[in-house]
Amino acid sequence: MGTFLLRRLMRSAVLIVVVTFLTYFLVSLTPGDAAYTLLGARATPEQLQALRHDMELDQPLVEQYWRWLSSALHGDFGRSLLTQQSTSEVLSQRLEPTVSLLAGTVLVSVALGCLFGVLAAVRGGWLGRLVDLVGQMGLAVPNFVLGLILIAVFAVNMRLFPVSGYIAFAEDPGLWIRSLVLPVCGLAFGVIGVMARQLKVSMEEVMQREFITAMRANGYPQRSIIYRHALRNAGLPVVANLGVIVVGMLSGSVLMESVFALPGLGSLLVQASAQADLPLVEGVVVVMTVIIVAVNIGVDLISAWLDPRVVRP
Amino acid sequence: MSAEILSSTPDPDSAAGQRPKFLSKERARRGPYRPATLLAGAWLILITVAAGAAPLLAGHDPLTQDLAQVQVGPGGEHLLGTDSLGRDLLARLLHGSRTTLLGVAVGVGVSVSIGVPLGLYAGYLRGRVDKVASAVAEILMSLPGLIILITVLAVYPYSMIAAMVTFGVLSSAALFRIVRNVTMAVAQDLYITAAKLAGLSRRQILLRHILPRIRPTVVAQTAIVAALALVTQLGLGFLGIDTRPPHATWGGVLQDASTVIAVSSWTVVPPVVVVTLTILAFGILGDTTTSQPYRLTRARTRTGRPQAPRTTRRAPADQLLCVEHLTVVLTRGGGGSILVDDVSFGIGRGEIVGLVGESGAGKSVTSRAILGLQPTQAKVDGFIDFDGLNLLDLTDKELHHLRGRRIALVGQEPMVSLDPTIRIGAQLAEAVRAHQKVGRKESHRLARQLLTDVRISDPSAVADRYPHEISGGMAQRVCIAVALAGNPELLIADEPTTALDVTVQAEILDLLRDLQRERNMAVLLVTHDWGVVADLCDRAIVLYAGQIVEQAATERLFDHSCHPYTAALRAADPHQQQPGRRLTTIGGSVPPPGSWPPGCRFADRCVSVTEECSNAAVPLHLVAEGHITRCIHVRADDKEAHRVP
Repeated sequence: MGTFLLRRLMRSAVLIVVVTFLTYFLVSLTPGDAAYTLLGARATPEQLQALRHDMELDQPLVEQYWRWLSSALHGDFGRSLLTQQSTSEVLSQRLEPTVSLLAGTVLVSVALGCLFGVLAAVRGGWLGRLVDLVGQMGLAVPNFVLGLILIAVFAVNMRLFPVSGYIAFAEDPGLWIRSLVLPVCGLAFGVIGVMARQLKVSMEEVMQREFITAMRANGYPQRSIIYRHALRNAGLPVVANLGVIVVGMLSGSVLMESVFALPGLGSLLVQASAQADLPLVEGVVVVMTVIIVAVNIGVDLISAWLDPRVVRP
Repeated sequence: MSAEILSSTPDPDSAAGQRPKFLSKERARRGPYRPATLLAGAWLILITVAAGAAPLLAGHDPLTQDLAQVQVGPGGEHLLGTDSLGRDLLARLLHGSRTTLLGVAVGVGVSVSIGVPLGLYAGYLRGRVDKVASAVAEILMSLPGLIILITVLAVYPYSMIAAMVTFGVLSSAALFRIVRNVTMAVAQDLYITAAKLAGLSRRQILLRHILPRIRPTVVAQTAIVAALALVTQLGLGFLGIDTRPPHATWGGVLQDASTVIAVSSWTVVPPVVVVTLTILAFGILGDTTTSQPYRLTRARTRTGRPQAPRTTRRAPADQLLCVEHLTVVLTRGGGGSILVDDVSFGIGRGEIVGLVGESGAGKSVTSRAILGLQPTQAKVDGFIDFDGLNLLDLTDKELHHLRGRRIALVGQEPMVSLDPTIRIGAQLAEAVRAHQKVGRKESHRLARQLLTDVRISDPSAVADRYPHEISGGMAQRVCIAVALAGNPELLIADEPTTALDVTVQAEILDLLRDLQRERNMAVLLVTHDWGVVADLCDRAIVLYAGQIVEQAATERLFDHSCHPYTAALRAADPHQQQPGRRLTTIGGSVPPPGSWPPGCRFADRCVSVTEECSNAAVPLHLVAEGHITRCIHVRADDKEAHRVP
């Protein structure tokens, strides 16, 4: 178990370094650099040169990156070019809506995805076809389009939920949930379809395996065969895919935050990139990567718990 | 908005070397001709043509604003109405499709030209190339796509091409992984080895032999990448960062419609419909998962018996199991052919009966039909009397009550007959609890006792292990322990030693014999090994092409076998071979179900075949007390041939 975790942590560290360096590299390609952004088009070349020297932008790229990385490891992500606010401060303000949205979506989609997947596999028939259909429709309707439809129906017409905006949990837990219902539904819909369909296919495959026949032949309780043995084995590929699903969800959350005007990391990214506020962009990318890494480690732990062959090969 | 659908395709790695369904020839043939596929293809061609001819078709300029006519409904001068700035919606959609589809094409092009060649190369050559490429792919796949694209667009503002090239690079990872896995599966095929031995160059093998085989998968996955590219483009357009504002894209049209959704909901309809249909079309082209619903609660046909000979006679008292006129037919969905044809036999209490024959003779189907575990698409007819109960009349629930408790099964491959995720002790204890009303702790104690019963010397240690941590022989002992948990009266052992090492085989057979004696169990032993029959069985039944061809007590069968098939099978027994001589074999192979000849089914391979053999179906004859055979050349001891009822 120890070496297994260590290997996974190493992989995560590599991922973070690769992503941040790529972003840094991309940013360094920008025609106008940070100094240009700060001083504007009317600055003289001397002024630009001076500021570049102050900001150490004239140093080699790897060196700049190294300096950024070592201060980032100390929690210092630099300052916003425009507002001069500390990046980590801005990030921490923006973290809650995004994490709430993601956590809510993961919870809802895992619960409903498993439920529908199992029901579809066991009962088949119309439910099975429905799961197939939703699995496909959920992807055919991009989640931000679904978000728009949800707003039109449930917020504008029926006035059940707020049209947009976010209420912090500390402010009012009830309103916090209400402000999250529609974005979570919009983001979870497609994922539920994908997960249910995947679990259904996987269940159907597992139910044909020899050990299931052996268990049925030897009188194991039907309920235990389906919900203990088949589900556990069928869940393995679904859990393994959870990491990729959450990565997709993160992309979806950027659009969802834009649709519902949630002040999260996604909308910060869109805004910062429009203003070429690169320290902020870099900060958001780091936080998102850390979220992905955390989810992947969680997924690895669940896989290890479900399947002994992962840790005891 | 991600690669999540890509991975819903079966992964050959996880299926433990099994051929993935989507590789089967049937899929490849059927796929492109589904009506849904044709419709999807037609739609994609339609919008591509429309995009090409946009200036001719549109009728309006996509950028001309008419603030006097904002958000007008469909019909009249503007066929689909106008947007929030009074621009013609149809014109904007048509012109928008040029940019959007170009973006999709760029994304897909980059993705395919990186992912497919690399995947082919890595999957075929493996080694270091594969290791490095797979590691890179894994990192790329855990990158948040849209976030990277937004960053790219921050560096190159409004450069849709740059964004889609980046998309192509990112999504090539998923494509790479799938192509690699499929190539790996195909490359293991014998004919690829043959092609290598024939001296074909690597290039020829890859392009002429592997690529055509994996083409359906590549096409399907490319369609999915296209769907992803489109969704990603729409997202960027919706955020308003893909192209400079007045220029139309589908995402931009959607975004514009969304700003006025509360006022006029019509504006959002045309773009949503177009976008949804297009993504759906790509999705249909990419859908390779075949779904065969597995019915757990299957309606059992209560009309058990065939029409003609209603032999509802009670089985003799010493008979535990009495199978009569058992016929298993695949339903039309499953091919409609007969697997088991009018098979009748009995097993006495404490008797060991062998069911012998080549692969495909119907041994396993026969033995599993007794437990009600025939293939899902099969229909079972006949009469199976088990201690006074007609098993074919029982519901699944009633049968369930019998399974394990009165009739149990030991399967052919012990390594896949146990749940790989659960400790052996826990699995065995669960079997104990299924049959006896005992607590958790007691069930674990009984489980260890069962492990001792099957001669496992350190039961506690084995109970703590997982199935993949023990040897095949040990696993088969565990499987036998599972089957014994309910103290069954009849044990069906379906080739219990076939998958094991020769040295282990003897141990397992000894164990089975000892257990049978200790518990006075009846055993139905399915095998193709005459050594096993001689060793263990009181009586043996020889099955060929779904029919019984001979049945007799073991000794009699070894001394006076009548049917040429039995003789040929005995001659082909590897234990009977002499060193230095060629192995005796039976020429040809068992005709598959559905292609059985009307006369004797063995005629084609028989050494003593005559013309009459193929004339009519051959009935079973009684040759001597307890000895029946199905050959017209064999006459009964008492001169007169008896037809067995």
